[in-house]
Amino acid sequence: MSAVSVTGLRKSYGAYEALRGIDFTIEPGEVFGLLGPNGAGKTTTVEILEGYRARNAGTVDVLGIDPQQSGSAWRERIGVMLQSSSLYPNLTPRESLQVFAGYYAKPRDVDEVVEIVGLAEKADDRVRTLSGGQKRRLDLALALVGDPELVFLDEPTTGFDPGARRTAWDTVRNLRALGKTILLTTHYLDEAEQLADRVAVLRDGVIVREGSPAELTGGIVETEIRFRRGGEDVVEHTKDATRRLHELTAEALARGEELEQLEVRRPTLEDVYLELTAE
Amino acid sequence: MHELRTEQVLFWRNREAAFFTFFLPVIFFLVFGSIYGNSTITKEHLRAAPFLEAGMIGYGVASTAFAGLAITMVIRRESGVLKRVRATPLPPWTYLLAVLVSTFITFLVEAVLLIVLGRVLFSVAVPTRPLSLFVALVIGAGAFAAMGLGLTSVVRSAEGSSAVVNFVYLPMAIISGTFFTPKEYPTFLRVIADVLPLTYFTKLTRDVMVRHHHLWSESGSVGVVLLWGVVGIAAAIRGFRWQPRES
Repeated sequence: MSAVSVTGLRKSYGAYEALRGIDFTIEPGEVFGLLGPNGAGKTTTVEILEGYRARNAGTVDVLGIDPQQSGSAWRERIGVMLQSSSLYPNLTPRESLQVFAGYYAKPRDVDEVVEIVGLAEKADDRVRTLSGGQKRRLDLALALVGDPELVFLDEPTTGFDPGARRTAWDTVRNLRALGKTILLTTHYLDEAEQLADRVAVLRDGVIVREGSPAELTGGIVETEIRFRRGGEDVVEHTKDATRRLHELTAEALARGEELEQLEVRRPTLEDVYLELTAE
Repeated sequence: MHELRTEQVLFWRNREAAFFTFFLPVIFFLVFGSIYGNSTITKEHLRAAPFLEAGMIGYGVASTAFAGLAITMVIRRESGVLKRVRATPLPPWTYLLAVLVSTFITFLVEAVLLIVLGRVLFSVAVPTRPLSLFVALVIGAGAFAAMGLGLTSVVRSAEGSSAVVNFVYLPMAIISGTFFTPKEYPTFLRVIADVLPLTYFTKLTRDVMVRHHHLWSESGSVGVVLLWGVVGIAAAIRGFRWQPRES
């Protein structure tokens, strides 16, 4: 059985349609990335799955339960990291984790969680003295302290410096290795590419593409070949890169020319994303 | 219990709030007690100090259970803490109950402190009806806390919470006669005072503490306080939110 299954999900705020019928499933143990620009409906989707918002239409099943009818037993099994930091400023990270650990029947060890998110040095400072990135790491720690099966991470690394992002990525990979199911929303394409087993690109409340990062980048955007000839930039896009490159180099060799600054680029998820989300 | 302990730690850690809600009535008691504690209220041949002490317990319920609670809960709502707690297995009612009991403990500590200070500094006799007083404090704290939770629904932002709450509670504390008896106020203020819950709660503490009445002989005051409590509960049920308003 799927960990999450969503069909025909719709949500409107007044006349504005935030979600216009989306479908997806997340299998147990999978890292699923929800990718899209601001206002695409990522947070709305996640908050419906977390049980915060009511939907207008469609069916939603999270760990076998409709989030709108969920109870304490269901919340034991999920971990939530909201999009904006939500902490008590006058507690320390360690105390915050102890407080939240007390809400769960079988919490993880607090010191261990502090270690996992890399907050050991700051564990006994007041939360209000932490940097934005450190607060986010505590938000992540709070999502993990209940030892959940399914973790929702809404833009988990926004505001992180590159080092902290790598640490957070390692944390997510470790969670995956433990068999946790993870739903991750992100603006960052490299993050989705690095972490997600499957990605859904959301735009204007519709899923415009879904698949593994490799599937998304394969065959959609053509390979780009760039070089300079006679002082001018030439850019070609082709689906048949091997043949085209052979032709170009053969021609050049026949004429005794050099293809200056020759570059062959595979499409990245970013290209796909920009193409899909372009107006 | 776990959550109750957390709430107490949270309250005392937040120095501004602890000062504003807990120590302000104590400071007012020391200041005004020194100024006019030994003068006499001629009509009843009472010293002013015990009268003021009972009044400051009234002020205390408004500052801890009403103003302090409302501001704290608005800030927690707007900062997303309440929303975050809702995603945990902790039942919402358990959370709210811990917040309310913690508020009551704070208020009770304050009342005891005022009584001790009154005894030591201003020679005010210790109340002779401790049970009546305790029940009165429970009723008052419950009613004002309900109104405080109800008030959170009209405050839209964390920044505006102190402004709105102070605007409601400071004039109430003065008009209700926590510092001076409202009997000598001009008519229009007395009319307002006559409907305010704090007027009746302060009257209750004074009747029990200064005039040695039993709580049950003051059913009128108790009734008005409870009625306002019901209004507060209704407002809280209608308007209390766990999340910031969706934009």
